[in-house]
Amino acid sequence: MKLLVAVKRVIDYNVKIRVKPDKTGVETANVKMSMNPFDEIGVEEAVRLKEAGAATEVIAVSMGPQACQETIRTALAMGADRGIHVLSDVELQPLAVAKLLKAIAAKEQPQLIILGKQAIDDDSNQTGQMLAALLGWAQGTFASKLKLEGGKALVTREIDGGLETVELKLPAVMTTDLRLNEPRYASLPNIMKAKKKPIEPLSPEALGVEVAPRLVTLKVEEPQKRQGGKKVASVQELVDKLKTEARVI
Amino acid sequence: MALLVVAEHDNQSLKSSTLVAVAAAAAIGGEIHVLVAGHNAKPAAEAAAKAAGVAKVLLAENPAYEHLLAEDIAGLVVTLAPNYSHVLAPASTFGKNFLPRVAALLDVAQISDISGVVSPDTFVRPIYAGNALATVQSKDKIKVISVRGTAFPPAEAKGGNAPIETIAGAGSAGLSRFVGAELSKSERPELTSARVIVSGGRGMQSGDNFKLLESLADKLGAAVGASRAAVDAGFVPNDYQVGQTGKIVAPELYIAVGISGAIQHLAGMKDSKVIVAINKDEEAPIFQIADYGIVGDLFKIVPELDAELAKRRGS
Repeated sequence: MKLLVAVKRVIDYNVKIRVKPDKTGVETANVKMSMNPFDEIGVEEAVRLKEAGAATEVIAVSMGPQACQETIRTALAMGADRGIHVLSDVELQPLAVAKLLKAIAAKEQPQLIILGKQAIDDDSNQTGQMLAALLGWAQGTFASKLKLEGGKALVTREIDGGLETVELKLPAVMTTDLRLNEPRYASLPNIMKAKKKPIEPLSPEALGVEVAPRLVTLKVEEPQKRQGGKKVASVQELVDKLKTEARVI
Repeated sequence: MALLVVAEHDNQSLKSSTLVAVAAAAAIGGEIHVLVAGHNAKPAAEAAAKAAGVAKVLLAENPAYEHLLAEDIAGLVVTLAPNYSHVLAPASTFGKNFLPRVAALLDVAQISDISGVVSPDTFVRPIYAGNALATVQSKDKIKVISVRGTAFPPAEAKGGNAPIETIAGAGSAGLSRFVGAELSKSERPELTSARVIVSGGRGMQSGDNFKLLESLADKLGAAVGASRAAVDAGFVPNDYQVGQTGKIVAPELYIAVGISGAIQHLAGMKDSKVIVAINKDEEAPIFQIADYGIVGDLFKIVPELDAELAKRRGS
Protein backbone atom coordinates (compact mmCIF):
# COMPACT_ATOMS: atom_id res chain seq x y z
CA MET A 1 0.00 0.00 0.00
CA LYS A 2 0.92 3.59 -0.54
CA LEU A 3 1.67 5.95 2.34
CA LEU A 4 1.46 9.72 2.28
CA VAL A 5 3.42 11.70 4.86
CA ALA A 6 2.98 15.43 5.40
CA VAL A 7 6.06 17.40 6.45
CA LYS A 8 6.13 21.04 7.55
CA ARG A 9 9.06 23.40 7.54
CA VAL A 10 9.22 25.23 10.87
CA ILE A 11 11.69 27.18 12.99
CA ASP A 12 14.10 24.63 14.48
CA TYR A 13 12.99 23.48 17.91
CA ASN A 14 16.29 24.59 19.45
CA VAL A 15 15.92 28.19 18.37
CA LYS A 16 14.70 30.70 20.92
CA ILE A 17 12.11 32.60 18.95
CA ARG A 18 11.89 36.38 18.85
CA VAL A 19 8.73 38.39 18.41
CA LYS A 20 9.10 41.12 15.78
CA PRO A 21 9.15 44.64 17.24
CA ASP A 22 6.16 45.64 15.07
CA LYS A 23 4.14 42.75 16.57
CA THR A 24 3.25 41.30 13.17
CA GLY A 25 4.71 37.91 13.93
CA VAL A 26 7.83 36.01 14.83
CA GLU A 27 11.23 36.71 13.27
CA THR A 28 11.97 34.05 10.63
CA ALA A 29 14.70 35.79 8.62
CA ASN A 30 18.14 34.19 9.13
CA VAL A 31 16.68 31.67 11.56
CA LYS A 32 17.49 27.97 11.33
CA MET A 33 14.57 26.02 9.88
CA SER A 34 13.96 22.27 10.19
CA MET A 35 11.32 19.64 9.70
CA ASN A 36 8.63 19.75 12.38
CA PRO A 37 9.78 17.12 14.93
CA PHE A 38 6.41 15.32 14.97
CA ASP A 39 6.57 15.04 11.16
CA GLU A 40 10.02 13.47 11.42
CA ILE A 41 8.43 10.78 13.55
CA GLY A 42 5.79 10.40 10.82
CA VAL A 43 8.40 9.93 8.10
CA GLU A 44 10.26 7.41 10.27
CA GLU A 45 7.09 5.40 10.85
CA ALA A 46 6.27 5.35 7.14
CA VAL A 47 9.78 4.30 6.18
CA ARG A 48 9.74 1.54 8.80
CA LEU A 49 6.45 0.23 7.40
CA LYS A 50 8.03 0.10 3.97
CA GLU A 51 11.15 -1.62 5.29
CA ALA A 52 8.95 -4.18 7.03
CA GLY A 53 7.19 -4.90 3.73
CA ALA A 54 3.84 -3.46 4.87
CA ALA A 55 3.99 -0.54 2.44
CA THR A 56 5.14 -0.24 -1.15
CA GLU A 57 5.74 3.48 -1.52
CA VAL A 58 6.22 6.49 0.74
CA ILE A 59 5.38 9.94 -0.62
CA ALA A 60 6.43 13.04 1.33
CA VAL A 61 4.35 16.18 0.84
CA SER A 62 5.19 19.69 1.92
CA MET A 63 3.46 23.00 1.29
CA GLY A 64 4.65 26.55 1.30
CA PRO A 65 7.50 28.56 -0.19
CA GLN A 66 10.23 27.15 -2.42
CA ALA A 67 12.44 26.40 0.60
CA CYS A 68 10.03 23.62 1.66
CA GLN A 69 11.84 21.50 -0.91
CA GLU A 70 14.69 21.22 1.60
CA THR A 71 12.26 19.67 4.08
CA ILE A 72 11.08 17.23 1.42
CA ARG A 73 14.72 16.35 0.67
CA THR A 74 15.21 15.55 4.34
CA ALA A 75 12.26 13.14 4.16
CA LEU A 76 13.68 11.62 0.96
CA ALA A 77 17.05 11.18 2.65
CA MET A 78 15.32 9.37 5.53
CA GLY A 79 13.86 6.93 3.02
CA ALA A 80 10.75 8.38 1.39
CA ASP A 81 10.53 7.47 -2.32
CA ARG A 82 9.34 10.70 -3.86
CA GLY A 83 8.11 14.14 -2.98
CA ILE A 84 5.26 16.50 -3.76
CA HIS A 85 5.65 20.23 -3.19
CA VAL A 86 2.65 22.53 -3.25
CA LEU A 87 4.18 25.93 -3.87
CA SER A 88 2.45 28.80 -2.10
CA ASP A 89 3.68 32.06 -0.68
CA VAL A 90 0.36 32.68 1.05
CA GLU A 91 0.17 31.69 4.74
CA LEU A 92 -1.38 28.23 4.69
CA GLN A 93 -3.67 27.58 7.65
CA PRO A 94 -4.69 24.07 8.78
CA LEU A 95 -8.02 24.00 6.92
CA ALA A 96 -6.31 24.98 3.65
CA VAL A 97 -3.58 22.39 4.16
CA ALA A 98 -6.20 19.73 4.88
CA LYS A 99 -8.03 20.62 1.65
CA LEU A 100 -4.80 20.50 -0.36
CA LEU A 101 -3.91 17.11 1.15
CA LYS A 102 -7.39 15.85 0.35
CA ALA A 103 -6.88 16.81 -3.30
CA ILE A 104 -3.52 15.03 -3.32
CA ALA A 105 -5.05 11.96 -1.67
CA ALA A 106 -7.63 11.84 -4.46
CA LYS A 107 -4.78 11.63 -7.00
CA GLU A 108 -2.50 9.27 -5.11
CA GLN A 109 -5.02 7.01 -3.34
CA PRO A 110 -2.90 6.26 -0.24
CA GLN A 111 -4.17 3.75 2.33
CA LEU A 112 -2.70 5.67 5.23
CA ILE A 113 -1.79 9.33 5.64
CA ILE A 114 0.58 10.18 8.48
CA LEU A 115 0.99 13.68 9.94
CA GLY A 116 2.59 15.09 13.06
CA LYS A 117 0.05 15.71 15.82
CA GLN A 118 0.90 19.37 15.71
CA ALA A 119 3.41 21.79 14.26
CA ILE A 120 5.64 23.44 16.83
CA ASP A 121 5.12 26.90 15.32
CA ASP A 122 1.38 27.54 15.42
CA ASP A 123 0.63 24.63 17.81
CA SER A 124 -2.78 24.20 16.18
CA ASN A 125 -3.14 20.42 16.35
CA GLN A 126 -5.82 20.41 13.64
CA THR A 127 -4.65 19.36 10.20
CA GLY A 128 -4.78 15.56 10.55
CA GLN A 129 -8.24 15.57 12.09
CA MET A 130 -9.53 18.05 9.48
CA LEU A 131 -8.13 15.94 6.67
CA ALA A 132 -9.72 12.77 8.06
CA ALA A 133 -13.08 14.56 8.31
CA LEU A 134 -12.92 15.98 4.76
CA LEU A 135 -12.07 12.54 3.40
CA GLY A 136 -14.70 10.84 5.58
CA TRP A 137 -11.99 8.59 7.00
CA ALA A 138 -11.21 7.28 10.46
CA GLN A 139 -8.44 8.88 12.47
CA GLY A 140 -5.91 7.74 15.02
CA THR A 141 -4.47 10.85 16.64
CA PHE A 142 -1.53 11.23 19.06
CA ALA A 143 -0.33 7.73 18.18
CA SER A 144 2.32 5.96 20.23
CA LYS A 145 1.90 2.59 18.48
CA LEU A 146 0.64 1.42 15.11
CA LYS A 147 -0.15 -2.07 13.94
CA LEU A 148 -1.58 -2.90 10.54
CA GLU A 149 -3.50 -6.15 10.25
CA GLY A 150 -6.35 -7.57 8.22
CA GLY A 151 -7.02 -4.35 6.36
CA LYS A 152 -7.32 -2.39 9.59
CA ALA A 153 -5.06 -0.19 11.65
CA LEU A 154 -4.73 -0.63 15.40
CA VAL A 155 -3.57 2.66 16.86
CA THR A 156 -2.59 3.18 20.49
CA ARG A 157 -3.17 6.79 21.44
CA GLU A 158 -1.68 9.00 24.16
CA ILE A 159 -4.66 10.42 26.03
CA ASP A 160 -4.80 12.55 29.18
CA GLY A 161 -5.38 9.67 31.58
CA GLY A 162 -3.10 7.11 29.90
CA LEU A 163 -3.41 5.12 26.69
CA GLU A 164 -6.31 4.18 24.45
CA THR A 165 -6.38 1.75 21.54
CA VAL A 166 -8.72 2.15 18.59
CA GLU A 167 -9.24 0.05 15.49
CA LEU A 168 -9.55 2.04 12.29
CA LYS A 169 -10.96 1.10 8.93
CA LEU A 170 -8.49 1.79 6.14
CA PRO A 171 -7.87 4.15 4.46
CA ALA A 172 -7.22 6.27 7.53
CA VAL A 173 -5.30 9.23 8.89
CA MET A 174 -2.83 8.91 11.75
CA THR A 175 -1.08 11.68 13.68
CA THR A 176 2.10 10.99 15.61
CA ASP A 177 3.02 11.53 19.23
CA LEU A 178 6.54 11.55 20.61
CA ARG A 179 6.84 7.96 21.72
CA LEU A 180 5.88 6.35 18.40
CA ASN A 181 9.52 5.95 17.39
CA GLU A 182 12.89 7.62 17.38
CA PRO A 183 13.62 9.08 13.95
CA ARG A 184 16.87 8.09 12.26
CA TYR A 185 19.58 10.41 11.06
CA ALA A 186 19.98 10.32 7.31
CA SER A 187 23.30 8.83 6.23
CA LEU A 188 25.52 10.69 3.79
CA PRO A 189 24.97 8.16 0.97
CA ASN A 190 21.21 8.46 1.50
CA ILE A 191 21.43 12.26 1.45
CA MET A 192 23.25 11.97 -1.90
CA LYS A 193 20.66 9.51 -3.22
CA ALA A 194 17.83 11.78 -2.11
CA LYS A 195 19.06 14.48 -4.47
CA LYS A 196 18.09 12.27 -7.41
CA LYS A 197 14.62 11.40 -6.14
CA PRO A 198 11.78 13.25 -7.90
CA ILE A 199 9.77 16.11 -6.36
CA GLU A 200 6.56 16.92 -8.21
CA PRO A 201 5.72 20.64 -8.17
CA LEU A 202 2.04 21.48 -7.67
CA SER A 203 0.04 24.59 -6.82
CA PRO A 204 -3.20 25.31 -4.96
CA GLU A 205 -4.66 26.49 -8.29
CA ALA A 206 -3.73 23.24 -10.05
CA LEU A 207 -5.37 21.32 -7.20
CA GLY A 208 -8.42 23.58 -7.33
CA VAL A 209 -8.21 24.62 -3.68
CA GLU A 210 -8.97 28.08 -2.28
CA VAL A 211 -6.31 28.72 0.39
CA ALA A 212 -6.94 32.28 1.57
CA PRO A 213 -6.43 32.49 5.37
CA ARG A 214 -9.60 32.38 7.48
CA LEU A 215 -8.06 33.64 10.69
CA VAL A 216 -6.52 37.09 10.72
CA THR A 217 -3.61 37.57 13.09
CA LEU A 218 -4.08 41.03 14.59
CA LYS A 219 -0.90 41.00 16.65
CA VAL A 220 1.75 38.77 18.14
CA GLU A 221 3.26 39.68 21.50
CA GLU A 222 5.69 38.32 24.03
CA PRO A 223 4.06 36.85 27.10
CA GLN A 224 4.52 38.60 30.40
CA LYS A 225 7.77 37.64 32.04
CA ARG A 226 7.68 36.03 35.45
CA GLN A 227 9.47 37.81 38.24
CA GLY A 228 11.39 34.94 39.74
CA GLY A 229 14.89 34.40 40.98
CA LYS A 230 14.47 34.61 44.75
CA LYS A 231 16.42 32.06 46.75
CA VAL A 232 15.80 30.73 50.23
CA ALA A 233 18.50 29.31 52.44
CA SER A 234 16.72 26.51 54.24
CA VAL A 235 13.72 24.21 54.15
CA GLN A 236 12.33 25.94 57.24
CA GLU A 237 12.50 29.31 55.50
CA LEU A 238 10.80 27.83 52.43
CA VAL A 239 7.90 26.41 54.41
CA ASP A 240 7.56 29.70 56.33
CA LYS A 241 7.39 31.71 53.11
CA LEU A 242 4.92 29.31 51.51
CA LYS A 243 2.69 29.61 54.56
CA THR A 244 2.89 33.29 55.37
CA GLU A 245 4.04 35.09 52.24
CA ALA A 246 2.64 33.06 49.35
CA ARG A 247 -0.11 31.47 51.44
CA VAL A 248 -0.36 28.40 49.26
CA ILE A 249 0.03 25.67 51.90
CA MET B 1 -26.79 34.32 20.47
CA ALA B 2 -26.28 30.86 21.93
CA LEU B 3 -23.07 28.96 22.51
CA LEU B 4 -22.55 25.22 22.61
CA VAL B 5 -20.01 23.67 24.96
CA VAL B 6 -19.20 20.03 24.25
CA ALA B 7 -18.70 18.31 27.59
CA GLU B 8 -15.77 16.11 28.49
CA HIS B 9 -16.93 13.45 30.90
CA ASP B 10 -16.69 9.79 31.78
CA ASN B 11 -20.48 9.26 31.68
CA GLN B 12 -20.56 9.31 35.49
CA SER B 13 -19.10 12.72 36.13
CA LEU B 14 -18.10 15.89 34.39
CA LYS B 15 -14.40 16.72 33.92
CA SER B 16 -13.33 20.07 35.32
CA SER B 17 -12.07 20.99 31.83
CA THR B 18 -15.74 21.27 30.85
CA LEU B 19 -16.29 23.92 33.53
CA VAL B 20 -13.32 25.86 32.17
CA ALA B 21 -14.89 25.77 28.69
CA VAL B 22 -18.18 26.98 30.22
CA ALA B 23 -16.27 29.86 31.81
CA ALA B 24 -14.76 30.78 28.44
CA ALA B 25 -18.23 30.69 26.89
CA ALA B 26 -19.44 33.01 29.64
CA ALA B 27 -16.57 35.39 28.85
CA ILE B 28 -17.76 35.51 25.22
CA GLY B 29 -21.34 36.06 26.37
CA GLY B 30 -24.68 34.53 25.40
CA GLU B 31 -26.88 31.61 26.32
CA ILE B 32 -24.76 28.58 27.15
CA HIS B 33 -25.87 25.07 26.21
CA VAL B 34 -23.83 22.02 27.16
CA LEU B 35 -23.86 18.85 25.07
CA VAL B 36 -23.30 15.62 26.94
CA ALA B 37 -22.94 12.80 24.44
CA GLY B 38 -22.39 9.42 26.03
CA HIS B 39 -23.81 6.10 27.13
CA ASN B 40 -25.68 5.96 30.45
CA ALA B 41 -24.44 9.50 30.82
CA LYS B 42 -27.35 10.90 32.82
CA PRO B 43 -25.14 11.51 35.91
CA ALA B 44 -22.76 13.57 33.78
CA ALA B 45 -25.68 15.51 32.29
CA GLU B 46 -27.05 16.19 35.78
CA ALA B 47 -23.66 17.51 36.85
CA ALA B 48 -23.62 19.80 33.81
CA ALA B 49 -27.12 21.05 34.65
CA LYS B 50 -25.87 22.16 38.07
CA ALA B 51 -22.96 24.18 36.70
CA ALA B 52 -23.37 27.92 37.12
CA GLY B 53 -24.23 29.77 33.93
CA VAL B 54 -25.56 26.81 31.97
CA ALA B 55 -28.99 27.47 30.41
CA LYS B 56 -29.67 24.06 28.93
CA VAL B 57 -28.11 20.60 28.76
CA LEU B 58 -28.49 18.44 25.68
CA LEU B 59 -28.14 14.75 26.43
CA ALA B 60 -27.42 12.46 23.49
CA GLU B 61 -27.54 8.83 24.59
CA ASN B 62 -26.11 6.17 22.33
CA PRO B 63 -23.87 3.16 22.98
CA ALA B 64 -21.67 4.52 20.17
CA TYR B 65 -20.85 7.57 22.28
CA GLU B 66 -19.58 5.63 25.30
CA HIS B 67 -15.91 6.17 24.47
CA LEU B 68 -16.35 9.55 22.77
CA LEU B 69 -14.75 8.47 19.48
CA ALA B 70 -13.89 11.50 17.38
CA GLU B 71 -15.66 10.36 14.21
CA ASP B 72 -18.95 9.80 16.03
CA ILE B 73 -18.90 12.82 18.34
CA ALA B 74 -17.98 15.12 15.45
CA GLY B 75 -20.85 13.76 13.38
CA LEU B 76 -23.27 14.67 16.17
CA VAL B 77 -21.83 18.12 16.91
CA VAL B 78 -21.91 19.10 13.24
CA THR B 79 -25.67 18.57 13.12
CA LEU B 80 -26.16 20.86 16.15
CA ALA B 81 -23.61 23.55 15.29
CA PRO B 82 -25.75 25.62 12.87
CA ASN B 83 -27.93 26.65 15.84
CA TYR B 84 -24.97 28.29 17.55
CA SER B 85 -22.59 31.20 17.12
CA HIS B 86 -19.78 29.40 18.95
CA VAL B 87 -18.88 25.77 19.56
CA LEU B 88 -16.41 25.26 22.39
CA ALA B 89 -14.61 22.26 23.86
CA PRO B 90 -11.72 21.76 26.25
CA ALA B 91 -8.27 21.71 24.62
CA SER B 92 -7.65 18.32 26.21
CA THR B 93 -6.88 15.17 24.26
CA PHE B 94 -10.68 14.74 24.04
CA GLY B 95 -11.35 18.15 22.52
CA LYS B 96 -8.25 18.17 20.35
CA ASN B 97 -9.31 14.86 18.89
CA PHE B 98 -12.81 15.60 17.63
CA LEU B 99 -13.12 19.39 17.37
CA PRO B 100 -11.04 19.97 14.19
CA ARG B 101 -13.29 17.44 12.45
CA VAL B 102 -16.27 19.62 13.35
CA ALA B 103 -14.54 22.74 12.02
CA ALA B 104 -13.55 21.05 8.75
CA LEU B 105 -17.05 19.69 8.15
CA LEU B 106 -18.49 23.17 8.78
CA ASP B 107 -15.80 24.64 6.51
CA VAL B 108 -14.61 27.05 9.20
CA ALA B 109 -11.26 27.64 10.85
CA GLN B 110 -10.70 26.35 14.35
CA ILE B 111 -9.22 28.63 16.98
CA SER B 112 -7.12 26.27 19.10
CA ASP B 113 -6.24 26.48 22.75
CA ILE B 114 -7.48 30.00 23.50
CA SER B 115 -6.16 31.66 26.65
CA GLY B 116 -8.19 34.82 26.40
CA VAL B 117 -11.35 36.36 24.93
CA VAL B 118 -11.01 39.87 23.47
CA SER B 119 -14.44 40.01 21.83
CA PRO B 120 -16.89 37.45 20.41
CA ASP B 121 -14.77 37.09 17.28
CA THR B 122 -11.27 37.85 18.62
CA PHE B 123 -9.22 35.59 20.85
CA VAL B 124 -5.74 35.24 22.32
CA ARG B 125 -3.87 31.99 21.89
CA PRO B 126 -0.33 30.90 22.70
CA ILE B 127 1.94 29.89 19.82
CA TYR B 128 5.51 28.57 19.80
CA ALA B 129 4.90 26.67 23.03
CA GLY B 130 3.70 29.78 24.80
CA ASN B 131 6.74 31.85 23.86
CA ALA B 132 4.46 34.21 21.96
CA LEU B 133 0.80 35.16 22.20
CA ALA B 134 -1.21 35.70 19.04
CA THR B 135 -4.42 37.71 18.93
CA VAL B 136 -6.55 36.29 16.11
CA GLN B 137 -9.84 37.28 14.60
CA SER B 138 -12.25 34.86 12.96
CA LYS B 139 -14.62 35.98 10.21
CA ASP B 140 -16.36 32.62 10.06
CA LYS B 141 -20.06 32.41 10.83
CA ILE B 142 -19.55 29.73 13.48
CA LYS B 143 -16.52 30.02 15.74
CA VAL B 144 -15.09 26.66 16.66
CA ILE B 145 -12.86 27.05 19.71
CA SER B 146 -10.83 24.84 22.01
CA VAL B 147 -10.12 26.27 25.44
CA ARG B 148 -6.85 26.00 27.32
CA GLY B 149 -7.51 24.23 30.61
CA THR B 150 -5.59 26.69 32.75
CA ALA B 151 -6.75 29.90 31.14
CA PHE B 152 -10.09 30.56 32.83
CA PRO B 153 -11.17 29.90 36.42
CA PRO B 154 -13.69 27.04 36.11
CA ALA B 155 -17.39 27.86 36.34
CA GLU B 156 -18.90 26.95 39.71
CA ALA B 157 -19.98 23.30 39.76
CA LYS B 158 -23.03 24.25 41.84
CA GLY B 159 -25.74 26.81 41.69
CA GLY B 160 -27.25 26.03 38.30
CA ASN B 161 -30.50 24.24 37.61
CA ALA B 162 -30.68 23.87 33.86
CA PRO B 163 -33.24 21.67 32.12
CA ILE B 164 -31.93 18.50 30.47
CA GLU B 165 -33.26 17.87 26.98
CA THR B 166 -32.74 14.45 25.46
CA ILE B 167 -31.76 14.56 21.80
CA ALA B 168 -31.23 11.87 19.21
CA GLY B 169 -27.76 11.19 17.90
CA ALA B 170 -26.77 9.56 14.65
CA GLY B 171 -24.64 7.04 16.52
CA SER B 172 -21.66 5.30 15.00
CA ALA B 173 -20.16 6.42 11.73
CA GLY B 174 -18.73 2.91 11.44
CA LEU B 175 -15.19 4.13 10.85
CA SER B 176 -13.49 3.30 14.12
CA ARG B 177 -13.95 1.02 17.09
CA PHE B 178 -12.80 1.35 20.69
CA VAL B 179 -10.55 -1.58 21.59
CA GLY B 180 -9.33 -0.77 25.08
CA ALA B 181 -7.70 1.70 27.42
CA GLU B 182 -4.98 1.56 30.01
CA LEU B 183 -5.64 4.39 32.37
CA SER B 184 -3.16 5.29 35.09
CA LYS B 185 -4.73 4.64 38.45
CA SER B 186 -3.90 7.04 41.20
CA GLU B 187 -5.40 8.15 44.47
CA ARG B 188 -3.89 11.55 43.92
CA PRO B 189 -5.61 14.40 42.06
CA GLU B 190 -5.32 14.69 38.28
CA LEU B 191 -2.44 16.81 37.07
CA THR B 192 -4.55 19.27 35.12
CA SER B 193 -6.88 20.03 38.03
CA ALA B 194 -4.54 19.66 41.01
CA ARG B 195 -4.04 22.61 43.37
CA VAL B 196 -0.48 21.54 44.11
CA ILE B 197 1.93 19.63 41.85
CA VAL B 198 5.26 18.07 42.76
CA SER B 199 7.29 17.32 39.62
CA GLY B 200 10.56 15.48 39.15
CA GLY B 201 13.16 15.70 36.42
CA ARG B 202 16.26 13.92 35.27
CA GLY B 203 17.85 14.78 38.62
CA MET B 204 15.64 12.14 40.27
CA GLN B 205 17.99 9.55 38.75
CA SER B 206 15.49 6.68 38.82
CA GLY B 207 11.79 5.84 38.86
CA ASP B 208 12.23 4.41 42.34
CA ASN B 209 13.31 7.79 43.67
CA PHE B 210 9.94 9.25 42.67
CA LYS B 211 8.70 7.68 45.93
CA LEU B 212 10.31 10.69 47.65
CA LEU B 213 8.03 12.97 45.64
CA GLU B 214 4.99 10.79 46.24
CA SER B 215 5.46 11.07 49.97
CA LEU B 216 5.76 14.83 49.67
CA ALA B 217 2.71 14.94 47.37
CA ASP B 218 0.62 13.01 49.87
CA LYS B 219 1.37 15.57 52.56
CA LEU B 220 0.37 18.41 50.27
CA GLY B 221 -2.61 16.75 48.58
CA ALA B 222 -0.64 17.15 45.38
CA ALA B 223 -0.43 15.44 42.00
CA VAL B 224 2.92 14.08 40.83
CA GLY B 225 4.30 15.24 37.49
CA ALA B 226 7.55 14.94 35.57
CA SER B 227 9.63 16.66 32.96
CA ARG B 228 10.03 15.18 29.51
CA ALA B 229 13.62 14.23 30.41
CA ALA B 230 12.33 12.06 33.26
CA VAL B 231 9.73 10.47 30.97
CA ASP B 232 12.26 9.86 28.20
CA ALA B 233 14.60 8.28 30.74
CA GLY B 234 11.80 5.85 31.61
CA PHE B 235 11.40 6.93 35.24
CA VAL B 236 7.64 7.47 34.94
CA PRO B 237 4.89 6.99 32.29
CA ASN B 238 4.21 9.60 29.65
CA ASP B 239 0.97 10.83 31.20
CA TYR B 240 3.06 12.34 34.02
CA GLN B 241 4.66 14.70 31.53
CA VAL B 242 4.26 18.44 32.08
CA GLY B 243 5.39 20.63 29.20
CA GLN B 244 4.84 21.72 25.65
CA THR B 245 4.46 18.12 24.53
CA GLY B 246 2.68 16.96 27.67
CA LYS B 247 0.15 18.59 29.95
CA ILE B 248 -0.28 22.29 30.49
CA VAL B 249 -0.82 23.03 34.17
CA ALA B 250 -1.27 26.09 36.34
CA PRO B 251 -1.65 25.02 39.96
CA GLU B 252 -1.45 27.28 43.00
CA LEU B 253 1.89 25.70 43.88
CA TYR B 254 4.32 23.92 41.59
CA ILE B 255 7.38 22.29 43.13
CA ALA B 256 10.04 21.43 40.54
CA VAL B 257 12.55 18.92 41.85
CA GLY B 258 15.70 18.14 39.91
CA ILE B 259 14.28 19.87 36.85
CA SER B 260 16.67 22.17 35.01
CA GLY B 261 13.93 24.17 33.30
CA ALA B 262 14.12 23.50 29.56
CA ILE B 263 11.87 25.80 27.49
CA GLN B 264 9.85 22.69 26.71
CA HIS B 265 9.03 22.20 30.38
CA LEU B 266 8.53 25.87 31.25
CA ALA B 267 5.90 26.09 28.50
CA GLY B 268 3.75 23.68 30.47
CA MET B 269 3.95 25.20 33.95
CA LYS B 270 5.03 28.82 33.88
CA ASP B 271 1.51 30.04 34.59
CA SER B 272 1.53 28.37 38.01
CA LYS B 273 0.81 30.85 40.80
CA VAL B 274 3.83 30.00 42.94
CA ILE B 275 6.85 28.04 41.70
CA VAL B 276 9.40 26.39 43.97
CA ALA B 277 12.61 24.98 42.50
CA ILE B 278 14.95 22.51 44.14
CA ASN B 279 18.12 21.92 42.14
CA LYS B 280 21.79 21.44 42.87
CA ASP B 281 22.85 23.54 39.88
CA GLU B 282 22.69 27.19 40.88
CA GLU B 283 22.70 28.21 37.21
CA ALA B 284 19.67 26.06 36.24
CA PRO B 285 17.18 28.18 34.24
CA ILE B 286 14.32 27.01 36.45
CA PHE B 287 15.58 29.39 39.15
CA GLN B 288 14.95 32.39 36.90
CA ILE B 289 11.22 31.81 37.01
CA ALA B 290 10.97 30.29 40.49
CA ASP B 291 9.47 32.38 43.28
CA TYR B 292 11.46 30.39 45.83
CA GLY B 293 14.59 28.47 44.92
CA ILE B 294 16.70 26.20 47.05
CA VAL B 295 20.13 25.27 45.77
CA GLY B 296 21.23 21.86 47.00
CA ASP B 297 21.05 18.11 46.76
CA LEU B 298 17.45 17.06 46.28
CA PHE B 299 18.09 13.76 48.05
CA LYS B 300 18.81 15.77 51.17
CA ILE B 301 16.32 18.60 50.73
CA VAL B 302 13.22 16.64 49.76
CA PRO B 303 13.30 14.39 52.85
CA GLU B 304 13.93 17.49 54.98
CA LEU B 305 10.95 19.24 53.43
CA ASP B 306 8.85 16.12 53.90
CA ALA B 307 9.81 15.95 57.57
CA GLU B 308 9.22 19.69 58.08
CA LEU B 309 5.71 19.44 56.59
CA ALA B 310 4.95 16.39 58.74
CA LYS B 311 6.22 18.18 61.81
CA ARG B 312 4.18 21.31 61.23
CA ARG B 313 1.09 19.36 60.40
CA GLY B 314 1.49 17.46 63.63
CA SER B 315 1.92 20.58 65.72
